[in-house]
This record gives sequence, C-alpha cells and structure tokens, in this order.
Amino acid sequence: MANIPQKVIHSYLRHDKKFPHVWCAGCSNGIVLGSIIRAIAELDLNRDDIVMVSGIGCSSRMPVYVDFNTLHSLHGRAIAFATGIKFFKPNLKVIVITGDGDATAIGGNHLIHAARRNIDLTVIVVNNNIYGMTGGQYSPTTPEGAIATTTPYGNIDPVFDICKLAQGAGASYVARTTAFHTGETQSMVKEAIEHPGFALVEVVSACPVIYGRLNKKGGAPEMMKQMRDETIPLTALDKLPKEKTEGKITRGVLLKEVRHEYCAQYQALCDRITNVKGGPNAI
Amino acid sequence: MPKKQADTINKEPNAVLMQGNEAIARGALDAGVNFFAGYPITPSTEIAEILSEELPKRGGKFIQMEDEIASICAIIGASLAGAKSLTATSGPGFSLMQEGIGFAKITETPCVVVNVQRVGPSTGMPTSPSQGDIMQSKWGSHGDSPAIVLYPDSVRESYELTIRAVNLAEKYRTCVILLLDEVIGHMREAVTLPDISKIRIINRIKPTVPPNWYKHYDNNQKYLSPLASYGEGYRFHVTGLTHDSLGFPTNKASEAEEMTTRLRKKIGLNIRDLVQIEGQYMDDAHIAIFAAGIMSRAAKSAVKMARAEGIKVGVLRPLTIWPFPDDAVRKMLRNVDTVIVPELNEGQLLHELQRLVKDRADSKLIPISKVDGTLITPGDILHTIREVQ
Repeated sequence: MANIPQKVIHSYLRHDKKFPHVWCAGCSNGIVLGSIIRAIAELDLNRDDIVMVSGIGCSSRMPVYVDFNTLHSLHGRAIAFATGIKFFKPNLKVIVITGDGDATAIGGNHLIHAARRNIDLTVIVVNNNIYGMTGGQYSPTTPEGAIATTTPYGNIDPVFDICKLAQGAGASYVARTTAFHTGETQSMVKEAIEHPGFALVEVVSACPVIYGRLNKKGGAPEMMKQMRDETIPLTALDKLPKEKTEGKITRGVLLKEVRHEYCAQYQALCDRITNVKGGPNAI
Repeated sequence: MPKKQADTINKEPNAVLMQGNEAIARGALDAGVNFFAGYPITPSTEIAEILSEELPKRGGKFIQMEDEIASICAIIGASLAGAKSLTATSGPGFSLMQEGIGFAKITETPCVVVNVQRVGPSTGMPTSPSQGDIMQSKWGSHGDSPAIVLYPDSVRESYELTIRAVNLAEKYRTCVILLLDEVIGHMREAVTLPDISKIRIINRIKPTVPPNWYKHYDNNQKYLSPLASYGEGYRFHVTGLTHDSLGFPTNKASEAEEMTTRLRKKIGLNIRDLVQIEGQYMDDAHIAIFAAGIMSRAAKSAVKMARAEGIKVGVLRPLTIWPFPDDAVRKMLRNVDTVIVPELNEGQLLHELQRLVKDRADSKLIPISKVDGTLITPGDILHTIREVQ
C-alpha cells in the first residue's frame, strides 16, 4: 500500500462543484471515498477511462464529488447501468458505489446476475446496516434485534451476508473490510480494480447519527473502535481460540480466482462467428 | 391509386415477405443501433432474437438482461458510453421500464424503447392486439415529462419509423418510444424496403469545445446541446436528480425551472419537425375516422366502401402520437362535423380529440372501442359511418 500525498487526493475532487458534501458528521463515507481515491491514484489510471456509477443512498452520493466520468443512477440499478457501459466499452474501468439496501434489497437481482456473468466491474458495497438517506429504516443487513425507524420493536429479519451472496452468485473476487481499516480498504479496492472479472468489496461502515443513535452504539469514535474490535482478519481466524472469534466479522480477501470474463467471452464469440481475430468488436 | 398498386404488386423484384418485428430489427440495424439489451416477452421477442443473431456479426453488442428494469438501465448506460441503443418489450415489461424511461428523459440520454402492445391490464392476453398503452407511453413515468412516441401502420412503416425513432432520439437526446400493434409485429407483408443510402441517419452532436468549457445541458439554440460520451475526456456528471447545466444536482428553484423548461421546450419548439400526420380523402369529407396503427387500415378499407356508397368520409392517421398533433388535427377537422374514433382501448385517442373539439358545438365524437383481444373490422366501422351520415 503506497502512501498517497494529500495534494494528489485533492486533485481527484471536483472542488468548484458541489461541496460541502451531504454526509453527516461522523459518517464513514468520506473515509471510504478517501481510500477509493488512494487506490485509484496508486494504480495511476487515466481518469478519462474511469466511470464511477452509483445508485441511490448516502454512499451513492460519492460520484458527484470526484473528477471521473460519473453516473448517479436509479435506486438499485447502478450495476445494470454499469453493465451497459462496460459491455459497450470494455476498455473503461467501471467502478460501482452502492450501499447495503441499494445493492442487496432493491438491486439484489442485478447484483447476482452481474456476478453470475463475471463481468469486469468493481463493486464497492458500503454497508452501514441501515437506510440512512430516508432516515433510518431497516435494510437486509440490519442485525436481528436492532432498532430502526421501521423496526421499533427490534428487527426480526435475518440478514444477508453480502460476501457469501456474491460468492454464491459467481463473483470471482470477494473481499470484506471496514471503514476503520483505511489501508486495507485501499489495497482491496486496488486489487478489485485490477481483477479481471466481477469483483466485490464490502466495506462495513458506521452511521453514528442514525444507526448508532437508535442502537446506543455511541458516537463516531466509539463506532470506529467497534469496527476495529468486532472484526477479525481472515488470516487470524484459524489461529485464535473459538471464544475470541465468535460473533466477529471476518475481514480479508475471501475469494480470488480468474475465470472467463463476460466481455472477453463476447469478443471470443464475435471472433468465432466472423472468423477474424480481434473481430469487428475489438476495441 | 391503380398505378401504385401495380407497382407494389408486380414491379418490385426486391420485395420480401417480412413481419413487423423483423422490420423493426432491420430498421434498428440500418439506423446504426449497435447495442441491444432486453428481456424475452411476447409479442416482441423476435426483435431480440434477430438482433442476437445480427449484432455480433456487425460489431454490435447484444445482451439478454435479468429483467426489463435492467434492460432499460443497460441501454441508457451504453448510450452514455456512446452507443446507439434500443430495447424491445411489451405491456408488463413496458410498465417495469417506466422509471428508467424517466431517467433517460431527465438525463437527456438518447435511446429507443419499442413496445409491441398486448392486451392489459397486467399479464392480460399476451398474444392478442391492443392499443392500451397510448396514454402510458406519455404519462407512464412519474412527473411531467415530454414524450416522443411514433406509431406505424404497416411492416414497411415499422422499418421507417424505427429509423426515425433512432434519429429523433439522437437529435433530441431523449428516450423515443415506438408503439406497435401486436398484429403488425406478427403480420407478414410483402415489402420493399427503401434504399438505405437515401435515408438520412442522424448522429448525436458531439462537443467541440475543450472539456473545461463543456456544459452537458447547454441551453443553446432550440435546447439541443452536444453530448459527449464516457471515455472521451469530458468527465461529466449525470444524475436523475434535478440538475444544473453542468449536470450537478440542485435544489435552487431558478435552476430547477431552467431544467424543466428546457425539457419542455426542446419538444415544444420543434413540433413541426416531430409531428407526422396523414390524411386520406379528407378534402371534401364531413365525416373523419381518426385512427392509429392497425385501426387506420381497417378505417381505410371502411372509407373505400363508404365512398363507393357516396358518403364523404376520410381518414386521419397520426404517425406521431406524442407530442399530439394538435394544430394539424384541428386544421384537418375544420370542415368535419363527425369524427369516428375506432381504437383497441377504452378511449385514449378519444380523450385527446375531446380536448381539441371541446369548443366546437357542431362536432360529434363517436368512439368505437374494443378491448377483448379482437380487432374492430372495416365492417364495424362502415356500419358506424352509415349510422352517423
């Protein structure tokens, strides 16, 4: 993980546009965006070739602040829009920013099918366990028993494990970290962008103003500490006794394998039927 | 007329037997469509099937998405990356696409949605004809938004209007809808397609200014502003939120007003370019049949029979149903006292005509409505003509 100077990070922001940002004090979104920018800066990609696509929600406001090709799309549909962009112009690096509700509730169908196709998208799911933008309703990742504005008596819905869902659906790179672990987020996002296939990084994040307040989790610093203390790296999982790992969230690269990528498969199909190497679809 | 008939039947060696859905696929390819995303649905599926075979051979992209919502989103995404994109669907799928259609309109992203109509509501009668989506094609997505909707009456015209739909989408930077009747989608007719080299193909205007000067939504002449593609160095922002001229979200009333005015005026100021309407036997008619798509063909047959009986009746057919051809219809109905409106719905075109003739005490509107999955026949229309004359 390379150290990226602040000056470089600032050069990726649209200063003259729509700052100040919309996020609450203590929100993890700015920290996560910082890690994403560091990963992109480290890769030194041409920013003309980067498309950042998001859905609707707090984290989905990220694209407006960064100087790439950006698309703030419809609730749940970021991956479907991104599929259109990537499939038409495979040379573009398409990064999807989405939240837990956006990706796994309203957008669940697009998530599993893009994973199944193994299309070369980088999907960053910022999981704050709540619908923040609409004021704190429960999402598919709100823990059982937790309080949200629509679970005043505690949540009875079982939760989605986003990483298991992606793995089961066919993603070829799956990783989980938290907003506290900025360096880890940076290196996972970097790896995900470089990965030739459907890559998903779940970044567990904190919503102190709504989720934290409703569930008595303390303020932003306390929730940061919880992200540090209530998670465990995959590499330590087997080495520690069970009582030290139980109930903790695993961080780490959970899956990394190279399989046929969708756009490349389509290109191969075109080559086969036109008998031309590189075919008319070669970009 | 006899001369034209001889031409069509005997002297067209290049005539081919083709169904409407096939003509749409061909029209799309000839218009330069190079991206299709769709989901199988009767009675539109042949369009996807043909394009799945043709696009990979021609450097285009075909993808079958997980649903219609994904399909409309994918064609909008591809269009932002520079594609000429199209999808095809029917009733239930068209309903699912409405949010995406609104997104294409507010973001001013060119794309085309073909809706081969079937009987609704809901799953309805998937293989039977209906004209039930005339109002939905204008009002289906929430909020006020302008619409461009074209409505062919034959296999050949399905080809022509598909090209026109793609052209208008590129020119006006919006989602253009092509409404088709199921019976035209599946009917085979002998057609000679026009020489494509003689048809004008319109491509979106590209910016020529340096990226720093580029305004994604520039209120220049007639509100038609250049559109860059992702990956060309312009790095612009696109959002479904109400936005300013650079595409960034805004809550300012003045900027919101500017955006909605722009969406309204780019259609409203170009009505003459958008509207197409055909009149037949209208010069001396005191009765008019106002009908679109397949119903206009039944109307034309009925009119020929009625004319043989000496009844002065004509046919008025809109090829563009939205924006509704208000001025042209008013003008052509000036000397008409009775308008018969046969349509395969419960009175959707009728509603617009009521609006246009409401100030005229001397004019009568006679609806003929059918929603049982069968057609209104020329005989049905002739019967009504005799009754009202």
